[in-house]
Amino acid sequence: MTRPRTLYEKIWDAHVVEQRPDATCLIFIDRHLVHEVTSPQAFAGLRATGRMVRRPDLTLAVPDHNVPTTARLDASGNKLPIADAESAAQLAALEKNAPEYGIRYIDAVAPEQGIVHVVGPEQGFSLPGTTIVCGDSHTACHGGIGALAFGIGTSEVEHVLATQTLLLQPSKTMEVRVEGEVGPGVSAKDIILHITGVIGAAGGTGHVIEYTGSAIRALSVEGRLTVSNMAIEGGARAGLIAPDETTFAYLKGRPYAPKGADWHAAVAYWKSLATDPGATYDKTVVIDAADIAPSVTWGTSPEDVVPITGIVPDPASFADPSKQAAAAKSLAYMGLEPGTRMQDVPVENIFIGSCTNSRIEDLRAAAAVIKGRHKADNVKWAIVVPGSGLVKAQAEAEGLDRIFTDAGLEWREPGCSACLAMNPDKVPAGERCASTSNRNFVGRQGPGARTHLVSPAMAAAAAVTGKLTDVRELMA
Amino acid sequence: MTPLDKVEGRAIPFGLKNVDTDVIIPAHWLKTTTREGMGRGAFESLRADPDNLFDSADFKGAPILIAGDNFGCGSSREHAAWALGDLGIRVVIAPSYSDIFSGNAVKNGILPVVLPQAAIDRLMEVAATDPVFVDLEHQTVTTQFQDRFSFEIDPFRKMCLLEGLDEISLTEKSDAAIGAYEKKLDADRPWMRPAA
Repeated sequence: MTRPRTLYEKIWDAHVVEQRPDATCLIFIDRHLVHEVTSPQAFAGLRATGRMVRRPDLTLAVPDHNVPTTARLDASGNKLPIADAESAAQLAALEKNAPEYGIRYIDAVAPEQGIVHVVGPEQGFSLPGTTIVCGDSHTACHGGIGALAFGIGTSEVEHVLATQTLLLQPSKTMEVRVEGEVGPGVSAKDIILHITGVIGAAGGTGHVIEYTGSAIRALSVEGRLTVSNMAIEGGARAGLIAPDETTFAYLKGRPYAPKGADWHAAVAYWKSLATDPGATYDKTVVIDAADIAPSVTWGTSPEDVVPITGIVPDPASFADPSKQAAAAKSLAYMGLEPGTRMQDVPVENIFIGSCTNSRIEDLRAAAAVIKGRHKADNVKWAIVVPGSGLVKAQAEAEGLDRIFTDAGLEWREPGCSACLAMNPDKVPAGERCASTSNRNFVGRQGPGARTHLVSPAMAAAAAVTGKLTDVRELMA
Repeated sequence: MTPLDKVEGRAIPFGLKNVDTDVIIPAHWLKTTTREGMGRGAFESLRADPDNLFDSADFKGAPILIAGDNFGCGSSREHAAWALGDLGIRVVIAPSYSDIFSGNAVKNGILPVVLPQAAIDRLMEVAATDPVFVDLEHQTVTTQFQDRFSFEIDPFRKMCLLEGLDEISLTEKSDAAIGAYEKKLDADRPWMRPAA
């Protein structure tokens, strides 16, 4: 009998091309997603060495980081120029590199365009049991459908383009088991914020995290993508959730997903990937779903999480002296005093979007809270940025865009937007943003910007009241 | 890639924990199609302070950086490694790194040395006034005060750094094995190819 294996070990074993004597393995990559920011130097490297792309058929390019989220076509349907010359140059480079190397390319004005981590699963390009890489750390997202997916640097992008492989060492395995049912107003985002608070920003370093337990099984694919997306915020390069009937129902019929007899063969294979009974993880953390509240960050690390009913912590309350120092620095940057109730913190900006929370379910959750209400007067800027053109079209078909615009929020074109301050969507210095994105780092949403990470429903609640708010109070 | 063996010189006693790659190089510096010149944007928010360590007379151009736990967390941007390299940094010493950053560092000839916090504390003390010596071949960090800390490094990474190896050329030697894998995959799981 073979040794019981985890989901991670099964996917890893199925992708070993060669094992080197020092335990480094040459791993085959099934899917490579490419965007405009981390690829130009990789293509330049190929050009300089006269190398070709080994498997353009396994590569998909889509611009997302730099594209403005304002209108991209004029009234006559012509492409509007990109004002920022550097962004325009990166977008032009991708537009030129993809066809030159025979790579599938979704143009910035195509209906399928969107954030690469929304597009991959939505197109069925990302599949369970595959290895997926992209020059972006939130590639962890695709673990939500049971793919071993992780971010890579530009040298690795070039390596994958040239060889369709990566030289890797196996990771350790970590199980994060969330058992029970979450309460009302608690979403997938709150689950992953809570987990990040519990394990810490370096808790998963060197590990791949498999999320298990009844609370994870109960999530939709959209929710699972949200959870796995932020595996990297807990230090893990990849997250994984075993594919099941929910996953199969989501993928069936998507453009790049297997069809006909292939579909049945694929499902049979995917079902064999679940962690075997008796398989062990290097580390296990168990979380009671009932302990998870609608959550919010107070500092500049994603581990700085408290329930919305909580207060800004006193740096002295941390046992670790380096955490005390970091917390003090964070609070100075965030302009917060220890002991302040989170619900008393005013916000001037609202961002609903990003690869963490821009899928249809996220927009529905936000719209449900904001419907029939209006944004508060102190909220100066509130934008809703769908994750892809298809999400946008679906939301419009459901009338969600009108709910947002009637409430005084802006309805935008798909892209990474205010998650990372690389395009015109930025939060002004010294101002706060209730943001559904994934990182509250110093300067992440713009120099001096103060980010509070929340769920879509919580962001909508903050838009209505003009301060961080317990969404449960607006649900009654 | 420039080979790396022995590095000695001033070590910037930075020491912060959870330093993310957005801090190492903010996103607006990523809007480029080359790898050059990133040093100007390195630690931009910290260097806005005229009294910052990085631009001080003692540490400007120092080849070693001492940091806290989880250095290089967050974004996968290799620009962080390019920025450190452009600043002249060849070695980072910290208790731990993000997995993506440490890989990116090695690929750019930067050695990520892992040492326990107690060793970091001692080196921070020495670095304030005196140089630090790093020897990759013997896997040691030493000072002129008889401190001697041994570190572990994956043998493959060590070889890449010592020889300044180009990984793509190395992998290309496995071309036949990759071809055989692709053939077997097509036979065993033909549905793995994108359907459309």
